[in-house]
Amino acid sequence: MAKLKVDGKEIEVPDHFTLLQACEEAGAEVPRFCFHERLSVAGNCRMCLIEVKGGPPKPAASCAMGVRDLRPGPNGEAPEVFTTTPMVKKAREGVMEFLLINHPLDCPICDQGGECDLQDQAMAFGVDSTRYNENKRAVEDKYIGPLVKTVMNRCIHCTRCVRFTTEVAGIAELGLIGRGEDAEITTYLEQAMTSELQGNVVDLCPVGALTSKPYAFHARPWELGKTESIDVMDALGSAIRVDTRGREVMRIMPRVNEEINEEWISDKTRFIWDGLKTQRLDRPYVKKDGRLQPATWSEAFAAIKAAVSGAQPQRIGAIAGDLASVEEIYALKRLMAALGSTDIDCRQDGAALDPSLGRASYLFNPTILGIEQADAALIIGANPRYEASVLNARLRKRFRQGNFPIGVIGEATELRYDYSYLGAGTDTLADLVAGNGSFLDVLKNAKRPLVIIGQGALAGEGGAAVLAQAAKLAAAVGAVTAEWNGFAVLHTAASRVGALDLGFVPAEAGRTAADIVASSQVLFLLGADEVDLTRKSGFTVYIGSHGDNGAHVADVILPGAAYTEKSGTWVNTEGRVQMGNRAGFAPGDAREDWAILRALSDVLGKRLPFDSLAELRRKLYGDYPHFADIDAIAASAPGEIEALAQKAGAMAKSAFASPVKDFYLTNPIARASAVMAECSALARNNFKAAAE
Amino acid sequence: MLQDQDRIFTNLYGLHDKSLKGAMSRGHWDGTKQILEKGRDWIINEMKASGLRGRGGAGFPTGLKWSFMPKESDGRPHYLVVNADESEPGTCKDRDIMRHDPHTLIEGCLIASFAMGAHTAYIYVRGEYMREREALQRAIDECYDAGLLGKNNKHGWDMDIFVHHGAGAYICGEETALLESLEGKKGQPRLKPPFPANMGLYGCPTTVNNVESIAVAPTILRRGAGWFSAIGRPNNVGTKLFMVSGHVNRPCTVEEAMGIPFRELIERHCGGIRGGWDNLLAVIPGGSSCPVVKAADMIDAPMDFDGMRDVKSSFGTAAVIVMDKSTDIIKAIWRLAAFYKHESCGQCTPCREGTGWMMRVMERMVQGRAQKREIDMLFDVTKQVEGHTICALGDAAAWPIQGLIRNFRPEMEKRIDEFTRNATPHGAVMQAAE
Repeated sequence: MAKLKVDGKEIEVPDHFTLLQACEEAGAEVPRFCFHERLSVAGNCRMCLIEVKGGPPKPAASCAMGVRDLRPGPNGEAPEVFTTTPMVKKAREGVMEFLLINHPLDCPICDQGGECDLQDQAMAFGVDSTRYNENKRAVEDKYIGPLVKTVMNRCIHCTRCVRFTTEVAGIAELGLIGRGEDAEITTYLEQAMTSELQGNVVDLCPVGALTSKPYAFHARPWELGKTESIDVMDALGSAIRVDTRGREVMRIMPRVNEEINEEWISDKTRFIWDGLKTQRLDRPYVKKDGRLQPATWSEAFAAIKAAVSGAQPQRIGAIAGDLASVEEIYALKRLMAALGSTDIDCRQDGAALDPSLGRASYLFNPTILGIEQADAALIIGANPRYEASVLNARLRKRFRQGNFPIGVIGEATELRYDYSYLGAGTDTLADLVAGNGSFLDVLKNAKRPLVIIGQGALAGEGGAAVLAQAAKLAAAVGAVTAEWNGFAVLHTAASRVGALDLGFVPAEAGRTAADIVASSQVLFLLGADEVDLTRKSGFTVYIGSHGDNGAHVADVILPGAAYTEKSGTWVNTEGRVQMGNRAGFAPGDAREDWAILRALSDVLGKRLPFDSLAELRRKLYGDYPHFADIDAIAASAPGEIEALAQKAGAMAKSAFASPVKDFYLTNPIARASAVMAECSALARNNFKAAAE
Repeated sequence: MLQDQDRIFTNLYGLHDKSLKGAMSRGHWDGTKQILEKGRDWIINEMKASGLRGRGGAGFPTGLKWSFMPKESDGRPHYLVVNADESEPGTCKDRDIMRHDPHTLIEGCLIASFAMGAHTAYIYVRGEYMREREALQRAIDECYDAGLLGKNNKHGWDMDIFVHHGAGAYICGEETALLESLEGKKGQPRLKPPFPANMGLYGCPTTVNNVESIAVAPTILRRGAGWFSAIGRPNNVGTKLFMVSGHVNRPCTVEEAMGIPFRELIERHCGGIRGGWDNLLAVIPGGSSCPVVKAADMIDAPMDFDGMRDVKSSFGTAAVIVMDKSTDIIKAIWRLAAFYKHESCGQCTPCREGTGWMMRVMERMVQGRAQKREIDMLFDVTKQVEGHTICALGDAAAWPIQGLIRNFRPEMEKRIDEFTRNATPHGAVMQAAE
């Protein structure tokens, strides 16, 4: 700890603090543009100048100077810094004036207006008039992709975007070229950035130089209602804030959650919102004369009742989709139980995860924050870059700290960090388990090895064997101990862990979602669009928000609410229970999914025992107490991994392939989004060009 | 007046044999091994005692700088980097050393590297210096062939010298920008601390010295600190290469004693001011970044660090730019402002934005198309740049303009008045105002 005085107030701060952090600790406000807690220090905006007593007679950049660099006074007094002296005030005014001389006065037409660091700090630390009578600099706008709009006249060259893309996102595609006044931020050849995290530069840009392209000129920040919620685009459950005007979602922003997403979100999370407005199911439909026709709720329910009463109870099936919340899956499970069916499944991709093996067998046990403690990683059949982009940024963060060897079994793709490629599939895994290969020693020598198993390795016939072998490997290299559980299953679906916790799987072992689809006389699809529905044979009821694969094959469509339109619980890949909030109402006649199931149960004569969401939750928490513990992870038993390892048998020969073929089109909302379609087309063309 | 026997650079004009043989005949590479045998501490103490101040412009004591290097290596290699990116307008001494007397520099590199525990030295040569680099490389090759450098050389201190050719950016003469450039990155200055002595080239302890500082070291050590410190005035000792350019009859680079009065320097070596002493307008005493000094203050000033500080300027690299009364002094300073605007790296705000602003106001000042109050504003802007930047380029851009305003304000006001008078027919506005 270092002692120092800030504006006469004595404080003690950790040694690694910069003066800026120390001043903040003491309650003194220091303006800044280039400094960002999660990026390297550039020290180039010069806005954070403060006075250091006993130093040279000029102000010092507080972001770049550590408290350790301060010298004590002649008699050993604590070093002193000042943030309010005339020298500091003058310096800030000077820097602010320089920043503004070439900054256009277009705040009224700038999307950053109202949430602009430059605007705010000019008000607080600037002077009221200009002395600059020359022409302002004009800079051509750059094309850097379909997501980020540039107005380069406004750029103040803080290089936050450059540092973010190179350090966090791991792409060297954005940079500062030219020098002096002519310095410009660009992607060199004006190509689109290829990162899945590029949208974060919009938040990082302290001015309006980089803004959201889809959101351009749509709304002003002060008009928007802000709802804190949880993202469902992947299984991380990133913290988001949904900004709405009326019932319309205008944009989605990240919230800080150190344990999951720090303050980044993926592009799919951020730019999905236009998909919430298109392809919506806003009234019930019933298939008549081979065509889906608009109907009333009672007509739809009557049609379902007719089908259900004509079916054998054990041949009524239900599939839960990837975006469904715990509440509605719980309601569906109870309804299916009441109807006398056990043909339920949540594993649309056929992943061989079985809740009966224990919770530890399907969780990302080390936690996302735990990645930073790991000292070696093996990725089996996963592509974290596409399956969990923000988690991938955490892997890269750990990689950048050094001493973090990473091995990959599966597809050899660009992951944004260096790794040793071990092999394509089961053969390589079997080899490692058998005790061969140099990477085995790396894992063995590591104190906290991380074994990440993706859905790509678990899908299909041999999935169960792969899971068991992976557990065996984890146990063998010491990844599962009393204080560290490095066995990490990486999910791709937001609903999956919650559904597995609920036991939303068939009673009969070995039965899969595809079997249920093929054999059911009546099939309920709760937002399930990813399962292969071409083999369906019976009467199909689709409950969901978007007209996608499920709705195309449905006989009855019941319009549900999207994730921003309902309060729901989701459990992320770590097993962390989180609650999302309703930001707006569903369109038209659409209702929240649990309420649809409740109403339907009444018509079917199996009334579910709750009339409100609160009652539902009371019942849910009674049956499954861990869901009541919001934002917490219920402890799982490492012994379950060892038990799983005991089951390891022979694996069928196969190569692992990530289930995420197209990052931008993984769910019905994304497939309804024009922005995601554009990104997807661009990404596909890029990859083709790279292959040629 | 420096005696011929006290000159360090005996082949400054390239009139004699430039080869290793020729250099040895003039006393270079003489007893180098014996100097090294006296040990690291002796060399550093001798350099401290000699009072040599860095010849790159800032005048930091060279021996002290060498002593900042860690005594024991912590596993990281040490590096000596020689700054031969001589880009300051007016400065042209290093090129003469490199093309005509390169062995002084090479021998200095060996001794300095030994003194700071480095086995590798990099010489960063300015991009425009093609022939100089060739000459230097030739001389280094000669030394390798003669077993003076390289592994297991005659001196018992493994030593490699690499010449790196820059791409012609002024900012790469700033020591940390130079290190960035040497590492293959964009030449932008680093934040200090950490200083290069702790975290320099590739994160290893590094000392960056000017060519002349290194090149004079062997002779100082051979002849003794006492000899060097006896030349010049206290705190400003030794010999120095003066580069006189501009309106003198015979511009030249010449080695002279520190503290030589300006008048004597010009009279003895440059054949006097063009048109006589009465025709002298102003002098920039140390290269483009130093504030301009009026003739009256300059004529009898001693040419050294303290002498120039007393006339509110700076000794810099001793690149004396002489301007007679035919000079448009405002335009001359505008040209320097344009230079600094062009060479600003664009990293930090005050310099990136300020240099352009200052140049544009100066552009109007040249024509007189300005208000008188803008002179004060311009001065204020230079003060806002000065001391607020990462490196000293901001200061260097501000000082010439400050010097101009301090010394030639009446000239600037006259220009503005003239423009205003001519802007309206028959001086109507002026008459009305009067």
